[in-house]
Amino acid sequence: MALQVSDIGAAESPRSRSIEWIGLGVGVAVLLAVPYFVYPVFLIKLLCMALFACSFNLLIGGGGLLSFGHAAFFGGAAYIAAELAKMYGFPFELALLAGTATGAFLGLVFGLVAIRRAGLFFAMITLALAQAVYFLALRLPFTHSEDGIQAVPRGWLFGVIDLKDNLTMYYVTAAIFFLGYLLVRRVWKSPFGQVLRAIKDNQPRMISLGFPVDRYKLANFVLSAALSGLAGSLKAIALGLATLTDVDFTTSAAVVLMVLLGGLGTLMGPVVGAIISVTMDDYLAGIGIPVPVVIGVIFVFIILVFRRGIVGEVIALWQRFEASRSAPARK
Amino acid sequence: MSATALFGQLLLGLINGSFYAMLSLGLAIVFGLLAIVNAAQGAFYMLGAFFAWMLLQYVGIGYWPALILAPLGVAIFGMVMERTLLKRVYNLDHLYGLLLTLGIFQIIQGMFVYWYGTSGQPYNYPYELTGGHNLGFMFMPNYRAWVVVASLVLCFGTWYAIEKTRLGAYLRAATENPMLVRAFGINVPMLVTLSFGAGVALAGIAGVLAAPIYQVNPLMGGNIITVVFAVVVIGGFGSILGSIITGLALGVLEGLSKVFYPEASNMVIFAVMILVLMVKPVGLFGRER
Repeated sequence: MALQVSDIGAAESPRSRSIEWIGLGVGVAVLLAVPYFVYPVFLIKLLCMALFACSFNLLIGGGGLLSFGHAAFFGGAAYIAAELAKMYGFPFELALLAGTATGAFLGLVFGLVAIRRAGLFFAMITLALAQAVYFLALRLPFTHSEDGIQAVPRGWLFGVIDLKDNLTMYYVTAAIFFLGYLLVRRVWKSPFGQVLRAIKDNQPRMISLGFPVDRYKLANFVLSAALSGLAGSLKAIALGLATLTDVDFTTSAAVVLMVLLGGLGTLMGPVVGAIISVTMDDYLAGIGIPVPVVIGVIFVFIILVFRRGIVGEVIALWQRFEASRSAPARK
Repeated sequence: MSATALFGQLLLGLINGSFYAMLSLGLAIVFGLLAIVNAAQGAFYMLGAFFAWMLLQYVGIGYWPALILAPLGVAIFGMVMERTLLKRVYNLDHLYGLLLTLGIFQIIQGMFVYWYGTSGQPYNYPYELTGGHNLGFMFMPNYRAWVVVASLVLCFGTWYAIEKTRLGAYLRAATENPMLVRAFGINVPMLVTLSFGAGVALAGIAGVLAAPIYQVNPLMGGNIITVVFAVVVIGGFGSILGSIITGLALGVLEGLSKVFYPEASNMVIFAVMILVLMVKPVGLFGRER
């Protein structure tokens, strides 16, 4: 039995498609309005984690590969972007681009090593490689080990829009997040995404059909790592901070949790998971309950009784509802 | 560089290597039976050390009884976990087993960090093993000599138990074909629980042995488990002897790199892992499953 990954490419009814468009519209409206109700800096952090979760989900929803080392892309990119923006005066866009490239490069290295194995070994290999990146970050002089890179300037967007204002920074973050979300959605619905899903469902058949399976998986892995890099560098510049926590295993585990909680392979799942998990982190840190323990308990709970995740459950309910409506009533 | 430093690091590498071997042995036994990788293995290593420390601190029970009692406590804890939680995911994708044990790991480590902080508690050498001997080329602390001997005996004892005894034969048979072994009237679920207990007890003993050398720190399990995972990837899960040899060799290699190029000592095992994956993706002793 495989992981319970929701299949978003499954035949869609016109009704569910129109609902998705309405949902997108509501989502944009919420993105636009929410900074007037919630502290923008908190929202920036949340959206960066949501984008990170979306990129992780791209990997597992597309290829069915569970990575335990995504913090390496997120944190590695955060360090590079922060260093370039702070010490070399890179403008905002270029720093993000460099961070994304860092993520993609690390993804290529990880992918070339790990893609030969699937399942448990893939998870262990990515974890070990990410630990190697963590040790690098601990050792290299420019990362300032425990202190990290602090006070990174946000700079100007395209040289004209000053990003010092939190609200402006929020809207830029929201726009990048939304584009990232649309990209994931587009990839999944493309022929490329369909090939990936087919590989996940039946790899031997795809090999015998002549598809270069490993190359498809690698491309998806690099794409996912690049998006994680974008999320990491955006976080580093918008919050002005790149630290060891970003490359730490706890970050890798946190993103796994977000996606599990929201629902593996669902489009909205990672966003829902990120909202819950970042809010929870914030709240728990305030009242002194040990966060890792709560995270662990949620992990155990999801694995034992709630494997589809929140959005996965909603989709399953909806599909049952659709099926019962379209099928003629039987007694 | 002095010979003393070289042999000192070699010894420490051998000790670390035997810890890697004991932890990955436990993983290999469980993986053989259940095809599950126990991500909480590091937490059991930490628990072994902490149980020993708590026995001394709160009950006044010293090192030698703790060497038996702490791993026993760890084994009971592990077996309860296997019976109540882990057995619910046996029929699911094996990644769920990894995720579940990862959650358990976070709970255990999180609790101990919450209670004891991250600074580490000292645990003294047992009185009988203080001091050391001068071997001419190096100074050999008695306790370290004891750890090397004890863990080598344990590793090869485990190998002997699995490869040469009747119980081990049941275990190997259950690894190949659990249904058939059940048909012969052997209680396979009980066998699974017991071997899970033995697997985590190995980690527990390693924890007690490590307690006086390193401090008793809630983070010690998380630090060692990533290395152990790399060791497992390098060795593959194919053979018990392979796990032992891989663990020891990588520990020694890590020790050597501390002498010749200390900056890279943390990285050397991961570098070996990448090399091995490039040449032989199933690992040195691995089999295609």
